[in-house]
Amino acid sequence: MNKPKVLVMSGYGLNCEEETKFAFDKAGGKTDIVHINDLIDGVKKLSDYQIVSFPGGFSYGDDTGSGNGYANKVRNHLWEKITHFIAQDKLVIGICNGFQILARLGLLPVTFALTNNDSARYTVRWVDMRVENKSPWLLGINTISLPIAHGEGRLFVDNKTVSTLRKKNLIALRYIKGEIYDYQHLPANPNGSLENIAGITDESGKIFGLMPHPERALFFNHLPQWSYLKEKLLREGKGISDKGPGLSIFINSIRYFV
Amino acid sequence: MVTRIEIISKIPDTRAEVRKKVLGLPVTIVDVYSIDKKFTALQLKRIASVLTNPVAQTVSINTPVSPSRFSWAIEIGFLPGVTDNVANTATESIEDLLKIKFKDEEHVYTSQITFIEGDVTKEQAAKIAGTLYNPVIQRANMKSYPQYKKDKGMGYTVPKVKLTQSRSVDEVNLNVSDAELIDIGKKGIKNNDGTTRGPLALDLAYMKTIKAYYHTLGRNPTDIELESIAQTWSEHCKHTIFADPMDEIKNGLFKTFIKSATDKIRKQKGKNDFCYSVFTDNSGAIEFDENYLITDKAETHNSPSALDPFGGSITGIVGVNRDAIGFGMGAKPIINRYGFCFADPRDTVPLYKGKDFTQKMLEPKRIMLGVIEGVNSGGNCSGIPSPQGFLVFDKRYKGKPLVFVGTVGLIPKKIHGKNAVDKSAQPGDLIVVVGGRVGQDGIHGATFSSEAMDSGSPATAVQIGDPITQKKLSDVLIKEARDLGLYNSITDNGAGGLSCSVAEMAKECGGCRVELEKVPLKYPGLAPWQIWVSESQERMTLAVPPNKWKKFYDLMKRRGVEVSAIGTFTKAKKCIVQYHDKVIMDVDMQFLHDGLPQRPMQTTYIQPVFPEPSFPQPKNMTETIHKMLGRLNIASFEFISMQYDHEVQGTSVLKPLQGKGRVNADATVSRPVLSSQKGVIISQGINPTYSDIDTYHMASCAIDTAIRNAVAAGANIEYLALLDNFCWCSPHEPQRLGELKRSVQACYDYAVAYGTPLISGKDSMFNDFKGYDEKGKPIKISIPPTLLISSIGVIPDIYKTVSLDLKFPGDLIYLLGETYEELGASEYYGMLGYVGNSVPHVDALKNRTLYQKLYQCIQNDLLASSLSVGRGGLGIALAKTAMGGLLGIDISLKNLKGSVKRNDVGLFSESQGRIVVSINRKNKKIFEKIMGKIPFTYLGKVTTDKTFIVRDSTNAIIVKTDTDKLSSSYKSTFKNY
Repeated sequence: MNKPKVLVMSGYGLNCEEETKFAFDKAGGKTDIVHINDLIDGVKKLSDYQIVSFPGGFSYGDDTGSGNGYANKVRNHLWEKITHFIAQDKLVIGICNGFQILARLGLLPVTFALTNNDSARYTVRWVDMRVENKSPWLLGINTISLPIAHGEGRLFVDNKTVSTLRKKNLIALRYIKGEIYDYQHLPANPNGSLENIAGITDESGKIFGLMPHPERALFFNHLPQWSYLKEKLLREGKGISDKGPGLSIFINSIRYFV
Repeated sequence: MVTRIEIISKIPDTRAEVRKKVLGLPVTIVDVYSIDKKFTALQLKRIASVLTNPVAQTVSINTPVSPSRFSWAIEIGFLPGVTDNVANTATESIEDLLKIKFKDEEHVYTSQITFIEGDVTKEQAAKIAGTLYNPVIQRANMKSYPQYKKDKGMGYTVPKVKLTQSRSVDEVNLNVSDAELIDIGKKGIKNNDGTTRGPLALDLAYMKTIKAYYHTLGRNPTDIELESIAQTWSEHCKHTIFADPMDEIKNGLFKTFIKSATDKIRKQKGKNDFCYSVFTDNSGAIEFDENYLITDKAETHNSPSALDPFGGSITGIVGVNRDAIGFGMGAKPIINRYGFCFADPRDTVPLYKGKDFTQKMLEPKRIMLGVIEGVNSGGNCSGIPSPQGFLVFDKRYKGKPLVFVGTVGLIPKKIHGKNAVDKSAQPGDLIVVVGGRVGQDGIHGATFSSEAMDSGSPATAVQIGDPITQKKLSDVLIKEARDLGLYNSITDNGAGGLSCSVAEMAKECGGCRVELEKVPLKYPGLAPWQIWVSESQERMTLAVPPNKWKKFYDLMKRRGVEVSAIGTFTKAKKCIVQYHDKVIMDVDMQFLHDGLPQRPMQTTYIQPVFPEPSFPQPKNMTETIHKMLGRLNIASFEFISMQYDHEVQGTSVLKPLQGKGRVNADATVSRPVLSSQKGVIISQGINPTYSDIDTYHMASCAIDTAIRNAVAAGANIEYLALLDNFCWCSPHEPQRLGELKRSVQACYDYAVAYGTPLISGKDSMFNDFKGYDEKGKPIKISIPPTLLISSIGVIPDIYKTVSLDLKFPGDLIYLLGETYEELGASEYYGMLGYVGNSVPHVDALKNRTLYQKLYQCIQNDLLASSLSVGRGGLGIALAKTAMGGLLGIDISLKNLKGSVKRNDVGLFSESQGRIVVSINRKNKKIFEKIMGKIPFTYLGKVTTDKTFIVRDSTNAIIVKTDTDKLSSSYKSTFKNY
C-alpha cells in the first residue's frame, strides 16, 4: 500500500512545517515540505498530493493582519490549482496561522475573521475541546486537549453566519472545561472566541481549520501535567505510553486514504 | 503623490479596549498606510482590499475616517529611516498583486491614529501622546477635533529619508596635538560644519598607534579607514579588558581563567569530554548524540534597549539567533532564553540624559514592558521556543537595563560529507551578503556600547529587528543552501556591520577586496563609511565559490531573499575597499586585527564592610513569607511565560510554568530531535546583589545556582556546560577591575571544581549612566557588577526529569544540603533594608557529590518533585513547591542540617547547594541509602488539604497559611501586567 502523500506549505515566515511533517510521517504519511514559490514556479505540483497542510507560524509577521499576506500570495498565484485540489476527494488542514490563511483565502464556506484575542496579547497555553461535527479529521475523537499559541485567534462572525455555522454543522471544535481545566484552572475559552469556537470545517468536513496545534501534542511529554501523570502511573504500577492526544488527528487523515 | 488608506475596525477592537483601560478614556484606533507612489483609482481599490479584513474592518482611500465623537486625534508614525516591517510587507503584497515594482524613492509608510474621547485639554492630550510613542524612533502628530475637521484629516506627510550630507570620502588629519587626537577618539571625526560623526571610542594610546601606522605609510587615514579600525578595535569586538594584562596576569583574564579552566576540565574528562567547539565560533558547541551537536550562546543588548526598549530587545534576540545560524556551516536555532534586569517599575522619578531637564529617559515600567514585548515579537515570529528566563530588579538598573538573550542551536556533525564546524573562506571566493538592506540604522553600535551612556549617545544607534526577513534568510541557509554545499564560510553581521564580518572572515584566507557600491541600500545618500559600518540587521556574510554563485543566487531569489556579491576574498594580506573603482580603504590585515597596543591594567581591591544587622525576629512569620513572595525578585512572571511561545517546534518537555498552580520554573527541558528521547536541560544563575559584598562569592553562587537549577530538574553534572556573560561598570576604576578579577578567578575555581566547562562567553563593560536627576543635578548610576551563568546539559532520557510541584499527599519532604547563617545581600535583608556581610559561600566538592546522587535518584524514578532552593531561601522554595502542587505541607525546621539559630534565618538564608524534594514514602529507605553521608534533613509531609504549616525546633507552629493565599501573594505583584 502506498503511503498517502502530504504537502506541508512553507515560506515567508510559516514556521511549524518541520513538526507538522514529523506528525504526518509518524501517522503513516509521506510528507514533503514545499516552499510556496516552488508551487508557483511549478517545481512541485499540488496535484501530486492527497493532503495539503497550511502549518502554523507567522507568515509575513502577521503584518497587515494575520494570514493576509500569505493568503494574498496564494490567491494571486495558486487559486486555480487550490480550487481544483479541493474539488477532488482530498483533505486540507490549516493550523493556527494556517487557519488564519484559510480564513483570508475564503476556502471555507463562510466569511469569518480571526482577530485579536480579548487580552490583545499573544497567549500560549493548553485548552480542552469537544468535537462538534463529523469531519474525517476528527473521527472517533470526542474531546481533545491541545496547546494554543496565538495573538489573533478570536473567531468573529455576524449573527447570520452563526446560524449558518450551526445549521450546516460547520463548527468542528469548541473550547470546553476538561482535563486541562481541572489541572490548571485557566478560563476554558482562551481568546474570547465567539460561541467558544476553536475550529471549523467546510460542509464535507474535509477542509479543516483550527487554532490549536495538534502537532505539538504528539508525545506524552507534551502534556503540561505529564510529570504528575508519570508519578501517578508509577504508583499504580503502570508505565507510560509515549503518545499524545494530537496524533489521532493526523492518523485520521492518513486512514482516510488507506 | 501620497495616497492614504485608512482602516477602522467595525467589530469590537480589543487593542482599543486595552488602551482604553490604560487611559481611562474611550479610544478608537485607525490604521494608516501612506503610499508614496502613483496608482490608478482601480489599482488603489485593489490595494485597499488586500490590506483589509472585510469581516472586521472598513477601509477608506484618501477620505479620512474617524469615530463620530472624539476630542483629539494623535497619529504616531516612524521617523525617517526607521525599519517599518508592516510597510515592507504591504509593499511586497502590492508588488505581488499588481506585478509591479516600487522604485528606490517610492515607499509605503504605516502609522496609527488614536482618537480619544472626553474632556481632555491640550496638555493632557500631549501627555497621552507621550505615553503612546518613543521620540527616539517615532513622531507624533496631534490635532483637536475642530482642527481635524478643518484640515480634513491628519494630512499627507510621510517620513521620507532625505540625506543631504556629503558622500565624499574625507581624509582625517592625524598630524594634530594629543588633545585633538583625544577629541577625535572620543567625539568622532569632524564634519565640515563642525559637527562630529559620533564616538570612535579610541583612546589616546590607540589614536597614537594609528597615527604612527599612517606615518609609515606616508599619508593620513581616510574616514572609512579610521571608522573601520575603531569598529574592529572596540571593546565590544576585541574585549580588551579580558584580553590585556591585568596586574600579575600577563595573559589576561580570559586566557588565564576562562579558557584555561575549560582546557583543564576537558583534559580531566579525557574520553568523556563532550565539548566540540569552544571560544572559536559564534557559539560554543557540545555533543548531543552521534549525529548532532548542540550550540549555545548568550548575549546582551543593553544600551539600545535603554533608548528604544522594543527595538533594542527584538534586535538582541533576533541578533543572537544569528549566532546559531552563523555557527559552523549554520545551526538551526531551537531554544531562546532571556533574562532582564530592570529598576522597580513603580519608580516614576524622572531621569534625564541632558542638562536642564532635557532628553528624559523612559520610565522603568516603560522600559520593562517594551523589552518584554520586543523579545515576544522576535522569538514568537521566528518560531523559536523561548521557555527559559528570569527577572531581576534593582534600582541601579534604572540608567541601563540589562537585556540578556541567548539561543541554543542544533547542527548535524557532518554536512555534505564534511565536518560541519570547519569553515574557511578561500581566496577567490565571492564575498556575499544576504538578507536586509543597509541604511543608517545602528551606525556606531559597537563603539557606542563601548562607552558610558550620556547625552551624546547617538540616536542612530537604534535598530529594529525584522524577524520575518531573518526567518526567510535562516530557512534558506540552514535548511537548503547549507546542505547543498553552496558556501565555504558563513558569519553573522552584527556589531560593526560589514567592516567587522568581512574583515573577520578575510582572516580565514588572508584578505579581501570589497566593491562597496554593490551593497544594496534602503535609500540613497549614504556615505561610503556609513555603508561599511552600518549595523542594519538580518544580514549574514558568506564566502561563495564562483562556480556555485549562480546556483546560490537563484536559490536566494526563489526564496525571496535579497543577495549581493560585493567583492572577492583574497590572500593579499590586505583589507581593500573600493567605491566606484576608487580605493578608499587599504589597510594591512595584520594591523587591522592585531595592531592595537596592549593596555596593561592595574587593579585594587578593598573588601567592603557593611554594618552587621541586628534586629529581633519578626513576630508574624506568616506575614513575612507572604511579603517575601510578592517581592519583585521572587514574584510570578507568568504573564511573560504565557506570552512567549514555548511549544513551537514541538520540543517542550518541562515547561516554564509547572504544576497545577503554574509556578515559574528555574530550568526547562526540551526534546530537540523528535525521533530521539534524548533531552537538553537549560537553566541560568544570577545573583548581582551579592556583588555588594564580594564578587568572588557572587560568581561562585551564580555558577552553583545555574548548575543546581539544572540538576534539580534532572541534569547530569558530569554532562553540563556553562556560559558566562559579564556585565560590568566603570572599568576605568581600579576597584571595579579588582572586583572583576575576583569574579573571574571564581569562575575558574568553581568551573574546575564542578567539572563544568565554560564553552562560550561575552562581556559588556560600560553599564554606567551619566545624566541628571529629577532636580537637574548631575548623577552617575552604575549597575551592580552582574554575572549571568547559563547552563546547558544533555540527558539520555527526557522522561527521567522532574517538575517542581508536590504531587501526592503523604509524600515525604526533604531538604538536601546544609543551611548556614548566610543572609548577606539576601532578598530577606534587602526587604528589611540591610546588606550585611554573610554572603553565601559555595562548597563545590560537597555539592558535586550531592548533585551526582540526585541524578542517580532521578534516573531511578525516586523523586516525585524537586526544586532548587534559590532567592528567598527555603521558605520560598517550600511555598513554590506547595503552590505548584496546590497541596499543603506540615514541616519542621528541627534538625536542619548546618548551623542556624533563628527561624527567620532557617527560612530565608540563601545558602547554596540545597534542593527540596518530595518522595513517595515507599521510597524512603532506598532514597536515604543513596544519599548516604550527604547532609539531608527530613522536613515533614505533604498534606491533603491546602494548609501550609511550618514548625520551629520546639514543634511550635511559626507559619500557618494556605497555598491559595500563598499563590495570591506570589501572583499579585504582576497581576495586571
